[in-house]
Amino acid sequence: MRFSVNWLKEWVKISDTAEQLGEQLTMAGLEVDATEAAAADFSDIIVGKILKAGPHPDADKLQVCEVDSGSGVLQIVCGAPNARAGLIAPLAIVGAVLSGDFKIKKAALRGVESNGMLCSSKELGLAEDADGLMELPADAPIGTDLREYLRLDDTLLELDLTPNRADCLSIRGIARDVSAVCDADFIDHEIPAVAATSGRVIDVQLEDSAACPRYIGRVIEGLDPQAETPIWMIEKLRRSGVRSLGPLVDVTNYVLLELGQPMHAFDLDKIAGGIIVRRAEAGEKLTLLDGSEAELDADLLIIADHNGPLALAGIMGGEASACDDNTSNILLESAFFDPAVIMGKSRRFGLHTDSSHRFERGVDPGGQEEAIERATGLLLEICGGKSGPVIVAESVDDIPVRKSVSLRLARINKVLGSSLVADDVEPILQRLGFAIETTAEGWVIQAPGTRFDIEIEEDLIEEIARVYGYNKLPTRMPTGRIPTPVLPEREITLRRIRQSMVANGYTEAVNYSFVEHKILNACDQGERAYALANPLSADMDVMRTNLLAGLLVSLDSNQRRQRERIRLFELGNVFAASEEQGAAPVQTLRLAAVASGSAVPEQWAEKSRSMDFFDLKGDLQRVLALRGQDDVEFIATAEHSWLHPGQSAKLLVNGEAIGWIGAIHPQTLKQFGIRNDVFAYELNVEAAQKRELPFAKDISRYPAIRRDLAMVVPETVSFNELIGVIQSTAGDLLADCRVFDVYQGEGVEKTCKSLAISLILQDVSSTLKDETVDSIISDVISALEAQLGARLRGK
Amino acid sequence: MDSLNNILDTALAGIEAAEDLRALDDIRVEYLGKKGQVTALLKSLGAMDPEQRKTAGQAINQAKQAVQAAINVRRTGLEKAALDARLAAESIDVSLPGRGVERGGLHPVTHTMERITEIFSRLGFSVATGPEVEDDEHNFEALNFPAHHPARAMHDTFYFPDGRLLRTHTSPVQIRVMKQQQPPVRIIVPGKVYRSDSDQTHTPMFHQVEGLLVDKDVTFADLKGVLQEFVNAFFEEELAIRLRPSYFPFTEPSAEVDVAWDKGDGSEPGWLEVLGCGMVHPNVLEGVGIDPEIYTGYAFGLGVERFAMLRYGVKDLRQFFENDLQFLGQFR
Repeated sequence: MRFSVNWLKEWVKISDTAEQLGEQLTMAGLEVDATEAAAADFSDIIVGKILKAGPHPDADKLQVCEVDSGSGVLQIVCGAPNARAGLIAPLAIVGAVLSGDFKIKKAALRGVESNGMLCSSKELGLAEDADGLMELPADAPIGTDLREYLRLDDTLLELDLTPNRADCLSIRGIARDVSAVCDADFIDHEIPAVAATSGRVIDVQLEDSAACPRYIGRVIEGLDPQAETPIWMIEKLRRSGVRSLGPLVDVTNYVLLELGQPMHAFDLDKIAGGIIVRRAEAGEKLTLLDGSEAELDADLLIIADHNGPLALAGIMGGEASACDDNTSNILLESAFFDPAVIMGKSRRFGLHTDSSHRFERGVDPGGQEEAIERATGLLLEICGGKSGPVIVAESVDDIPVRKSVSLRLARINKVLGSSLVADDVEPILQRLGFAIETTAEGWVIQAPGTRFDIEIEEDLIEEIARVYGYNKLPTRMPTGRIPTPVLPEREITLRRIRQSMVANGYTEAVNYSFVEHKILNACDQGERAYALANPLSADMDVMRTNLLAGLLVSLDSNQRRQRERIRLFELGNVFAASEEQGAAPVQTLRLAAVASGSAVPEQWAEKSRSMDFFDLKGDLQRVLALRGQDDVEFIATAEHSWLHPGQSAKLLVNGEAIGWIGAIHPQTLKQFGIRNDVFAYELNVEAAQKRELPFAKDISRYPAIRRDLAMVVPETVSFNELIGVIQSTAGDLLADCRVFDVYQGEGVEKTCKSLAISLILQDVSSTLKDETVDSIISDVISALEAQLGARLRGK
Repeated sequence: MDSLNNILDTALAGIEAAEDLRALDDIRVEYLGKKGQVTALLKSLGAMDPEQRKTAGQAINQAKQAVQAAINVRRTGLEKAALDARLAAESIDVSLPGRGVERGGLHPVTHTMERITEIFSRLGFSVATGPEVEDDEHNFEALNFPAHHPARAMHDTFYFPDGRLLRTHTSPVQIRVMKQQQPPVRIIVPGKVYRSDSDQTHTPMFHQVEGLLVDKDVTFADLKGVLQEFVNAFFEEELAIRLRPSYFPFTEPSAEVDVAWDKGDGSEPGWLEVLGCGMVHPNVLEGVGIDPEIYTGYAFGLGVERFAMLRYGVKDLRQFFENDLQFLGQFR
């Protein structure tokens, strides 16, 4: 809502400057978005009248004018196409200063003397463009200062109103609020009823009285189609951002701005029979004022005549019944529509009109008659004519009644933490125009019809707080008993997981949760993607089912920025459409990492080496080590299509798959346009987060004995299997077991490999005897031979 | 006696001249060893008469001690020199970088979110989370946004064909928690939220932290207090805040909060909007079965990116989601 401060001052007695007013409005919840002057900064521009306009001897496009300045006749050379004898226009006399410090001097234009300049509205900062001189009304007093004549020393404020404050979508409404906020008197303008001078009426039927409980009409005949809108009205409209389009439209717009009641003027001669306010029927069509064709259905309320739809109720009129340059008989409409019936409808047609904006938010259900009287009065004044009586079609029972709301002083203070007294509260309520009645606990309040936002006690408390001033209300710093939330230790915090990733050299990425379907498919485990109905763009059309796709895109973009060594991780939710019809998608928190480039950052002391699977596995194991138990199994698998079949594993905890790790398949890399090898993992965080509390065991005081074995086993035997046999054979005395060499080559058959393993044996209750150790080792060797076809190397 | 003096002089000169421990030891053997010259003199004492033996013995022993003392001094000197030489040879350029230095970094949004969460944890708030794919009921209806209400237009919403939506704020978690738990409720909800909007100052996904406290005797004054405390704690300085009346369907009174922010360019500090808040709307409490006559509450929601931008001087919101290591590397 944009308005002129001068106009506002006709409705409320304030002496504040525009800046002060703006500040107070903002601090009262009516946020001022912009403040600007009503006109450019200029001086010494007066009202002038062209007496004579003749051709310039040396220039086709220039005219030499004689202009009456009120105190003499000046010769002025002018290039405007509309310069003509009789035209009254703004005249910048010699010595005038226009915006941009442009000084008007006596000049010669192509050899002809010019003593000033005739101005366009653009040059005065009154319009964005102009195609000629500004044309002032015929009765403009010649010689008067233009600023004075048009009251241009004015400021425009633009309010960014929240949807609850429909009451401030009019000058009168803003004035009401300003009266309370600035503690100033509201100036109520009585709107006189205009007596009917003709008996002409039109039949109005309300078919859906719940949707339209009141429809007020009035026939006005004999309007002068040549009449012009007075300059004061044009100026007020302009300062509210509304262009003048002739008196019929201007008056309805003016009343809308002044009182907040949207109105419409139909060309009476284009209405067949009478008015019916009804639901549209499926299949009906209506060409709107903007030329678009609306397909109607029963969801929409329309204004129809006996032939068909005339207008979309509360949104926009139709082209066929619109007023035009020859219209002299009209039907004025001033109606109340249920906000719920208008809400969302204009969006359907991609429309947003001043009318729908107000009806959606709520218009005073009692303000229709007043508005029609105001409009009638203005129209008759401007265009002449005769008005018929006010036609009232209403269903009183359906008209919303602003219910009374009780307000308790104690409740105000309970909610606000304040100690306000009745004397703080009552003036605020009165200034806001609320009818108040005192009760034992406080008041019973009746809000004006414009205040759709006053329904319960809290609504009133907000009003009190807002007008009293949020920042004058007390502040209480946190005090008293602070609860201590339980701190679960059997769940590794996300914070620790992230810190561990960072310590391992990984940088955290955050990708959008929606990705391009195609990219997702390149590394998808077959989860059904949950697709958006209204994606912002095609490359963000489905919810991610994994983190990998996004990370690969991030990795690729970093590679393109000449990063060779990349370590990225992300911790976030992924989404899979549910198998069950209608069920919510399954949201799972995942951790994923991608790594590419050298194993360690390029450095003087270490030989550069490309990273491999085991670098990443080590990184992952360091994070999993937070669990305190080594129970995550890495099981070789080729089931992940986006992974290298020979370098990938699934991760199992207690037999349950919690994720995967591996080298990205060259085909997948190609799809992402990635040149270097990439290793990645992704796992369910929830499963990895669980841990047992550490429980201290007895520590052995006896020496440990180490024995090393070099075993040759068939290539297909995994380290996992080997260690499984060793553990089950060696039993409790095996304190630790490590592989310290893996060898294939000379001295070992082609289909075999040699694993060098160290076994650490230790007893908690005594020093181990050599015989015991020997016998365990020989048992281990036998078991390995028998179960895995292993043999001691060199034998 | 001349010969003793000669031997002593020669020995001392030799000790002085010894270049290393081995040369020094050779000298020790030459003079004090079993077949050494001083030892030989001592052996010759047996052939002397007692009177002569006494004086000669004293002189030889003195000489022996002098040689031994000189050797000891020289040995200490040589040992120190050897150690010094070794240490000198072993010196390195300590300014060369250490091995395997690599540390990643947390995303600035995570840093900020953890910081905010940490501050409120100290004030007794527990972390709660909820689904990012929400239904209309939790995201709007239960938060007092009626269907088609213009207030919904403030939230550009992503929808799914089944009618579900991506939550436009973290507020639905308020509803989920309050449905499960009677007051006192004191939660903080960090998480991702989505709005269908993308330009210089909007990304379709961003992060919010929601706070909710419902209890007896919770007032607007407490809300102002907790926000002031938070702002001071977060920015590590006392920043003025002001509350401007605003409108959120699920709170009343509602406010937007500005902080007095010094841009550091010499201009006067200006008011900068940083969060929205209010007293929980009675309709919301009633909807989850909490009696608003007994309990009152406050709620607030803040944009994490906004705080991260202020705290770390990030100028372009979109950088947060480009995952450029050059950008991310600045936030360890």
